[in-house]
Amino acid sequence: MLSEKNQRKVEELRKRYPTSQALVLPVLWMVQEQEGYISEDSMKYVAALLHIPFGHILGVVSFYTMLQKDRIGKHHIEVCTNVSCMLRGSGKILEHIEQRLGITVGETSPDKKWTLSETECMGSCGTAPMLAIGDEYYENLTLEKIDKLIDNLK
Amino acid sequence: MNFQSADTERLNAWKRVIIPDDRDLYKIDHYLAHGGYKALKKALEMKPEEIIDEVKRSNLRGRGGACFPTGLKWSFMPKNSDKPKYLCINGDESEPGTFKDRQIFEFNPHLLIEGTLIACYAMGITVAYIYIRGEYGKWIKMLQKAIDDAYANGLVGEKILGTEFSTQVYIHRGAGAYICGEESSLMNSIEGERGYPRVKPPFPAQVGLWGCPTTINNVETISNIPVIINYGWEWYSKIGAAKHPGPILVGVSGHVNNPGVFEMPTGEPLLEIIYKWAGGVPGDKGIKAVIPGGSSTMILRGDQLEGIRMDADSLKTAGSSVGTAGIIVMDEDTDLIQVITRIAQFYYRESCGQCTPCREGTDWMFKILKRFQRYEAKNDDIDLLLDVANNIEGNTICALGDAAAWPVQSMIRNFRDEFEQRVQASRLQEIAL
Repeated sequence: MLSEKNQRKVEELRKRYPTSQALVLPVLWMVQEQEGYISEDSMKYVAALLHIPFGHILGVVSFYTMLQKDRIGKHHIEVCTNVSCMLRGSGKILEHIEQRLGITVGETSPDKKWTLSETECMGSCGTAPMLAIGDEYYENLTLEKIDKLIDNLK
Repeated sequence: MNFQSADTERLNAWKRVIIPDDRDLYKIDHYLAHGGYKALKKALEMKPEEIIDEVKRSNLRGRGGACFPTGLKWSFMPKNSDKPKYLCINGDESEPGTFKDRQIFEFNPHLLIEGTLIACYAMGITVAYIYIRGEYGKWIKMLQKAIDDAYANGLVGEKILGTEFSTQVYIHRGAGAYICGEESSLMNSIEGERGYPRVKPPFPAQVGLWGCPTTINNVETISNIPVIINYGWEWYSKIGAAKHPGPILVGVSGHVNNPGVFEMPTGEPLLEIIYKWAGGVPGDKGIKAVIPGGSSTMILRGDQLEGIRMDADSLKTAGSSVGTAGIIVMDEDTDLIQVITRIAQFYYRESCGQCTPCREGTDWMFKILKRFQRYEAKNDDIDLLLDVANNIEGNTICALGDAAAWPVQSMIRNFRDEFEQRVQASRLQEIAL
């Protein structure tokens, strides 16, 4: 299931830790980066690869919020609504995105292009309000900036 | 409010050492050309116990929230151990209002690596894991690049700088869990477990990662180490507040004109930080409330900020704590019920679920506060809320329970009138309907 390149990476990573269980998070990240999400089959694959019970892998995947058990939209928009962002208008930002995309928080658009989430503090309080799409942060947001961002991704 | 600094001159002379103006320090050649890794060279010529002594005397206290003396923590590590020893660097940085470690990864990653190496040498450690929150994918790449460069220059890995000292430095990426910033939960996360905190004792210095002696330090704490080695404990211990000295990265967010992270000596007046460093409140509005050190710390009233300084002791006296030095400013128009409901939602979501008082209590607090938010609060809801908070505090394995209870308790203590008004408004609304 993992690409050959990723399989080689796993072998490299084994040298870093005294147990194979420590590879659970790094390998799950690899699966998610490769597949976009972590399916039940993928979890079974990881369990076999690391010689760890499937139940343990499932437990880890469901514990960490960034690990996706279901296929989500191509662009995952995560809007921080914690206090620092809230004080600087994240509510309006979220509302505007909902209107633009026609979906509400927690939903994926029918064309599987967008998923919208509300997240906890992402460490961008000095440049609030903010959102993240994948590893990219978009900060000091305004409604205009959001329009431009969505138009560019369309 | 016009704010005049009493000692502008002293502050102008303040030279930043953790995140200097130089924006090219992330490049290894540039870092080396400007005195980088000199502290490591110096440290490798010292005896390990001399380094621990130096750190002890510097009075450096952890920058992750607990303010524990770093040198003392290091001295808990057994000198001789038949098991391997580990260092974990905590870069989980998930406390709402905190965004300082990110600046180190971006602008001065080699300072962190250098500090890591010195810490490893001082404690006889051969493997260090830098645990970074999963959301910081971009900053993980930046730090990894710096680590790779350090390996390529013979500064990390086998026989560092031609000595017998060898240490590996690895990044371990989190995956979205506030609780993993708690040290024992962080270790479980590295071990490939769910991020459940462990019961203490035993403490990590005896039983840590994979049951081996382990020290966990915050990213900012470790970044102070090269500074102490370079300039000496005496110089360092004279910066800022005597009992909590050194440079500190203070984040200011919320209702201020110039939010951001500012490096300053500890012990600066809170009002001066808000008005001078962070440019004051937009529209010259008054301050209703301030969270001084990240959302877990007790909230302060805007009219009680005079005289409070940004150090562990001053904030403790004021009934709060310095935490991660993430200041959140709220102007006079802020709806504090909305603020505390959002904070309660955070702890409800981030409770790992291991201890019943926290798992159930955070849910109850959030539900009760939502009643306030929806103008459906009843007379005894204020006391009920306090009762739930009091039953979480001190009754959980880790500090998340306290962190969830404190904001609620302090909000009611300092702004009970806002809650009472909301109860009255709820009653009026009910009658009107």
